[in-house]
Amino acid sequence: MRLMAIARNTFREAVRHKVFYLLIFFGMFFAFSSRFVSMLSVGDHKKVLMDVGLAAIHFFSVLVAIFTGINLVYKEIEKKTIYNILSKPITRGEFVLGKFTGLALTLLAALGSMAVMFFLFLFVTTGSFEPRCLVFFALLYIELLVITSLSLVFSSFSTPILSSIFTITIYLVGSVLWTFQEFKTRLHEPFSRYLATGLYYLLPNLDKFNIKNEIVLQTPLPAARVLAAAAYGLVYVAALLTLAVVIFRRRELK
Amino acid sequence: MAAIEIRGLEKSYPSTFGTRRIPVLRGIDLSVEAGEIYGFLGPNGAGKTTTIKCILGLLTPDKGEIRLLGRESGSLESRKRLGFLPENPYFYEYLSIRELFDFTGRLFNMAPARRRARVDEVVHLVGLEGRENTKLGKCSKGMIQRAGLGQALVHDPEVLILDEPFSGLDPVGRKELRDLVLSLKQAGRTIFFSSHILQDMELMVDRVAIILGGRISREGHLDELVSRTVRYYELVFEGLDEKAAAGIGLDVIRRGERMIARVETLEEINQKIRAVHGASGRVVAMTPLKLTLEDIFMEEVAR
Repeated sequence: MRLMAIARNTFREAVRHKVFYLLIFFGMFFAFSSRFVSMLSVGDHKKVLMDVGLAAIHFFSVLVAIFTGINLVYKEIEKKTIYNILSKPITRGEFVLGKFTGLALTLLAALGSMAVMFFLFLFVTTGSFEPRCLVFFALLYIELLVITSLSLVFSSFSTPILSSIFTITIYLVGSVLWTFQEFKTRLHEPFSRYLATGLYYLLPNLDKFNIKNEIVLQTPLPAARVLAAAAYGLVYVAALLTLAVVIFRRRELK
Repeated sequence: MAAIEIRGLEKSYPSTFGTRRIPVLRGIDLSVEAGEIYGFLGPNGAGKTTTIKCILGLLTPDKGEIRLLGRESGSLESRKRLGFLPENPYFYEYLSIRELFDFTGRLFNMAPARRRARVDEVVHLVGLEGRENTKLGKCSKGMIQRAGLGQALVHDPEVLILDEPFSGLDPVGRKELRDLVLSLKQAGRTIFFSSHILQDMELMVDRVAIILGGRISREGHLDELVSRTVRYYELVFEGLDEKAAAGIGLDVIRRGERMIARVETLEEINQKIRAVHGASGRVVAMTPLKLTLEDIFMEEVAR
């Protein structure tokens, strides 16, 4: 299948990149360093291990997503490999979705390997298995897919450097989007309020995917909340991919 | 049926701030017959690559029609029967030559067994045996060009579009590429290629189009274009001196024993040959001096 040929090639490109391993290595390095942090702190060592470990994995997997998402798409355009691909019997939609599938597989491999090492580490140091962390990784994966689709949308019409800036900006704003609700109540001018409300609904609310505190502090985590976040993420990804395909179909490849 | 048929193709690009459109193609008409080698000649910026991108469907024409093997160009169906070598090809550096060919085969949905067999064939065809496992990032320019041609041939296309295929090849590489293109023609393929290297064109094309400023300024069979424009004939003879030559109306240059004269028409040449014989001279050679493709090209550019 042609879409899978693109996906396979994208995956292969990512895993043959040294930076990919470097980021996974750093992710694990910082996750393991939680061992030392826990020595310095008082209280529940396991909580510290989980807190620092999950935060490190979160941070570095987001870096992998931004790095691979932008890098692999922009390179196709910048280096003009895309001309060659699109002269073959591939629709532009197949190209975009193939690229996305390949990136999704790459992220699955990156996050999967970090998660496996995290569980092993946790088991060796504390002798316990925390199945609730799986939920954390699942939602984190959806967050990574949202970031990747964002980078695809920007790459479909913009230059590489702008795409990177846009994606990183939206990621940062999206992570603190909940503050917009707060912000809105303090705005009095109607236009600013509409703008804040509009942005709140338009931009991805990435905070929804972050359930680290609930996992670490072992507070209740309603299934409905997790499922709603997952559904929100998947719908968001679908919308972004549709947008990317629509824009990319119209794009002139000068 | 024409392999490639272009009628009234126009294309413009927006200016930097999008305030106006800059025309690049101003009405291209050309038709490439199935089974021929068609040369597309023009200086840089004339619109060669833009035309090719329109044929491939990478760009949408403003106006005009392009048909590939009778189908609308840019459609999936037409692209299945087309092989393309981009100008200065760049391929994924992390792939080996074999992996590139295999990837291309997958893009054409080729069955695994057929794909594997064809990859081997193509490696042989473009002369990369023994080097097929080299990563593209480590290939020389000549090898990249061969790999580029190979990936255009994996699905055994009926029509090949080659954008500046000779760039970066050494003399041996060019000869091999020419031989390969000629053998593809023998096998019934149609080859459309752009170039500004005239010698390579002269040695292999059936027909040629010269594109200048977004228009086709000349198109025709190479023989016609060239023979139509015989400039003059050179008559070489011996056994007469300058005076005797002047007596029969020939303005000559002496080269040792031989005299060389310039004669304008075919009628005149017959008459002068008789005159040389009449004065007991001997004609050694008569050469029609044609325009080379380069002369034609330079003439068109100068216009």
